[in-house]
Amino acid sequence: MHNANYHAAHTTADAASLLASAEDGVLLAGGQTLLPTMKARLAAPSDLVDISRAEELRGISIADGAVTIGAMTTHSEVASNSDLQTAFPALCSLAGRIGDPAVRHRGTIGGSLANNDPAACYPAAVLATGATISTNTRDIAADDYFQGMFTTALKEGEIITSVTLPIPQAAHYQKFAQPASRFALVGVFVAKYADGVRVAVTGASEDGVHRWTEAEVALSDSFAAEAVADLAVSADGLISDLHGDGAYRANLVKVLTGRAVTAAG
Amino acid sequence: MSQGIGAPVKRKEDKRFTTGKGKYTDDIRMENQAYAAFVRSPFAHARVRNIDTSAAMVMDGVIAIHNGAELTGDGIGNIICGWAITSKDGSPMNMGAWSALATEKTRYVGDAVAIVIAETKAQARAAAEAVDVDYEELPVAATIAAALADDAPQIHENAAGNIVYDWEIGERDATDKALANAAHVTEMDITNNRLSPNPMEPRSAIATFDEAEDHYTLYTTSQNPHVARLVLSAFYQVAPEHKLRVIAPDVGGGFGSKIYIYPEEIACLWASMKTNRSVKWTSDRTEAFLTDAHGRDHLTKARMGFDAEGRIVGFKVSTKANFGAYMSLFSSAVPTYLYATLLSGTYNIPNIYCEVLGVYTNTVPVDAYRGAGRPEASYLVERMMETAARELGKDPAELRNINFIREFPHQTPVIMNYDSGDFEGNMRQAMEAADWAGFAARKAESRARGKLRGIGMSCYIEACGIAPSAAVGSLGAGVGLWESAEVRMNPVGTIEVLTGSHSHGQGHETTFAQVVADRFGVPIDSVQIVHGDTDKVQFGMGTYGSRSGPVGMSAIVKALDKVEAKIRKLAAHLLEVSEADIVIEDAQAKVVGTNKSLAWHEIGLAAYTGHNLPEGMEPGLKEGAFYDPMNFTFPMGCFICEVEVDPQTGKTEIVSFVASDDFGTIINPMIVEGQVHGGIAQGVGQAMLEEVRYSEDGQQLSASYMDYAMPRADDLPNFEVLHHGTTCTTNPLGMKGCGEAGAIGTPPAVINAITSAIGNNDLNMPTTPAKVWAAINAARIAAE
Repeated sequence: MHNANYHAAHTTADAASLLASAEDGVLLAGGQTLLPTMKARLAAPSDLVDISRAEELRGISIADGAVTIGAMTTHSEVASNSDLQTAFPALCSLAGRIGDPAVRHRGTIGGSLANNDPAACYPAAVLATGATISTNTRDIAADDYFQGMFTTALKEGEIITSVTLPIPQAAHYQKFAQPASRFALVGVFVAKYADGVRVAVTGASEDGVHRWTEAEVALSDSFAAEAVADLAVSADGLISDLHGDGAYRANLVKVLTGRAVTAAG
Repeated sequence: MSQGIGAPVKRKEDKRFTTGKGKYTDDIRMENQAYAAFVRSPFAHARVRNIDTSAAMVMDGVIAIHNGAELTGDGIGNIICGWAITSKDGSPMNMGAWSALATEKTRYVGDAVAIVIAETKAQARAAAEAVDVDYEELPVAATIAAALADDAPQIHENAAGNIVYDWEIGERDATDKALANAAHVTEMDITNNRLSPNPMEPRSAIATFDEAEDHYTLYTTSQNPHVARLVLSAFYQVAPEHKLRVIAPDVGGGFGSKIYIYPEEIACLWASMKTNRSVKWTSDRTEAFLTDAHGRDHLTKARMGFDAEGRIVGFKVSTKANFGAYMSLFSSAVPTYLYATLLSGTYNIPNIYCEVLGVYTNTVPVDAYRGAGRPEASYLVERMMETAARELGKDPAELRNINFIREFPHQTPVIMNYDSGDFEGNMRQAMEAADWAGFAARKAESRARGKLRGIGMSCYIEACGIAPSAAVGSLGAGVGLWESAEVRMNPVGTIEVLTGSHSHGQGHETTFAQVVADRFGVPIDSVQIVHGDTDKVQFGMGTYGSRSGPVGMSAIVKALDKVEAKIRKLAAHLLEVSEADIVIEDAQAKVVGTNKSLAWHEIGLAAYTGHNLPEGMEPGLKEGAFYDPMNFTFPMGCFICEVEVDPQTGKTEIVSFVASDDFGTIINPMIVEGQVHGGIAQGVGQAMLEEVRYSEDGQQLSASYMDYAMPRADDLPNFEVLHHGTTCTTNPLGMKGCGEAGAIGTPPAVINAITSAIGNNDLNMPTTPAKVWAAINAARIAAE
């Protein structure tokens, strides 16, 4: 690891000003991606601005049919929140399957969304629920936020403060683990609302997390696995790597969507 | 409770290992210690035109930077392969020059061109990144196929066509004739996937030069410190043996990868002399992927012929073995004498012929990895048997049973002479435990749930306890493969055993002590096992090939024989009876039929005070022995794996796994079961998860745990480990060895189960869900 200056920010405002004054500063949330990248000498920021201690960025609150999660809330906190387990169990289940216990006790929802790894789990939930990502300067709709692998609508210096997810009537996240990393080789989040169904797919596309609108239409009409059985998923633009080619991922998208619908009930 | 042979006593070493008190090479701090980092080639094949160190030399903390020209200029010799193999045409193998620091060319990504010594690890790494090497990229051959192509780049000047050797064993004409006359011939193309060993502790070395004494000390992660000292002295010319002490302290796993003496240890020793500092280097995980010797990597075409009754009449095998960029220490023996000699499996096969083409590629050197050649043989033979059974419409157990060897000793057509075994007995035991007969009902039940169920068997055999020195010498080995031991009984009756076997997870500190406890009735806590230090232990050939039991413990037995003989003589003298009346038990020398006895400490004190010894007896109680094995040992067994496959995703779950092994005499069944568990886990890793993959230009695509899938607890079922043993007839304790069996027998059992489930024999390891799904689709299309 190259040397970097460490700063602890206790508020979002502190973090913003520390970041602005750094030569090549980055925000440190849970550090579960950034720190291994730095250890591998693949990243060498001049300054780390640690926002994981900012209390105002932590916490889970449920109101008006939505859950708002502070950006620095850990996966473990989401997975084990008893109110959320009642209101939105699919989200707790997703958080409880990210990485391993060490990752879940450090990694945060804000860090995951800011990084937007194409195989991360949270982007699927956020996109499938049509969530709103709040930052220190504005609110961003999920449909506008994800802009391709590791690319988001965040501007330089912008800090995610919280995420608000409308609670669905029924939902489920199907994750098929890549055998080595245990990231999602493909993950599908299905969320059913009064006004329709949303389906988001992670792990599969070279463009990162995306909605499968064809399935949304079919499932809004009939919320049953059979509704997607005859849909075709094109392998074009899907990731091919050591662990599966595009055709395999296309198959998984369909299979997992059907299973998610069945499990959501 | 007895602590002797057969007692499942807890491991003595685990207190320090489980409380974080183990002492590994990286835990050692020397005074005046500096750190090394290596400048490594980012290209798989490149000419080194210039190494510019000017920017790096002026960086903070940099002490020195040295390159390969300086190293060879100081007389440091090239790294050698220690087993000479002769090609079909009588020519010697083509060993390409391997300098610890590459001079003119680099031949794989990670090949070191310079060593940087600095005050801190971070400074050394930063300076290594600042060394400006001018490389001229050369065309790359990253696979066997690429290296054998007509337009392939030549990796070593003395190896035309990138051929290491073209070797053969067995009778070609007789085998061809048998296959021509066979009622049925099964043919398969089999790939044995390339593996990275991944011991938990990465390699590490700390070298110290004592200028006043002209003496070197090397702490290193070695499975065989004396072999390290031998080659460092005799071949690499670092220092003569009496001026070089090699210590391998606690070592966190090896699996073969720590047998070899790597460039880094040589360079650290040399650099310690150049800088007059202790020089320390510890591999990180990326360096481990890039530089630890890999395993396996075979491409094989095989034909097995059967007569009308299902008896094997001939087996013909043609294998291409990937050596990587250089010939590592035992690399030449792995795909020849450790592989082709096991092609008879557990079966009567009258005619066997095997040819092996060794091939250089621009990849990490390949050498022995848990099983070394025997997993490749077992995988080939057992997949052939399974496929043949399906083609012949026979029950795979029945086809095996028809062909089992039943009389011993049995001479195979490929050198090995099996001493003992009850192959059908192990198979029946495993079949019963696995409820083989009930499989059809379970398959139907799975089908009702939309799942494909399969069952697969492997009746492996392997050769351990390498090996009679004269025999391996005649086959080209550059060393003898005996083992040595010294037993020292102290004046107070405690015992030290000095052994050339090295323990790096095997539990020797417990099992070796149990052998002593068994002999004398002393508690194991009064026995200390000393190993891993060339200044303490007389000599030793080290631990690999499951040899610490059959060879290492046999040496201890020989030394114990001598100590016991002396104790008897001494006790008879002191108790004024004849030696024949002395029995040694419960830590006493007793006179048969009386209540006269000597307590253990009385014997020790008598020996060391020397006040009253029999005439001519020397004081003291210390005896040494060298044990040269009479034969290889042949652990064998039957593994049965049952799987359930999700046809929609290709995901395979192992639902049951039964192992019935014959390891001969077992010293500690708990430790043996642990060895089998670990071996099966590694075998499942090879079968379903692990593979080193290279891009066409020789970059390792799988060089981290993000892409290299190691087996984890949730990939594995609850193993049922059984034992059905015979006694090995060729060593004093009747042991066969157990360290590698799991890794050898498991892959074919798993793959035979999966291919049985999906109805497609054309499946290569590792069986990722994507690959299984594609094979299911291919079978479906073929059926339509």
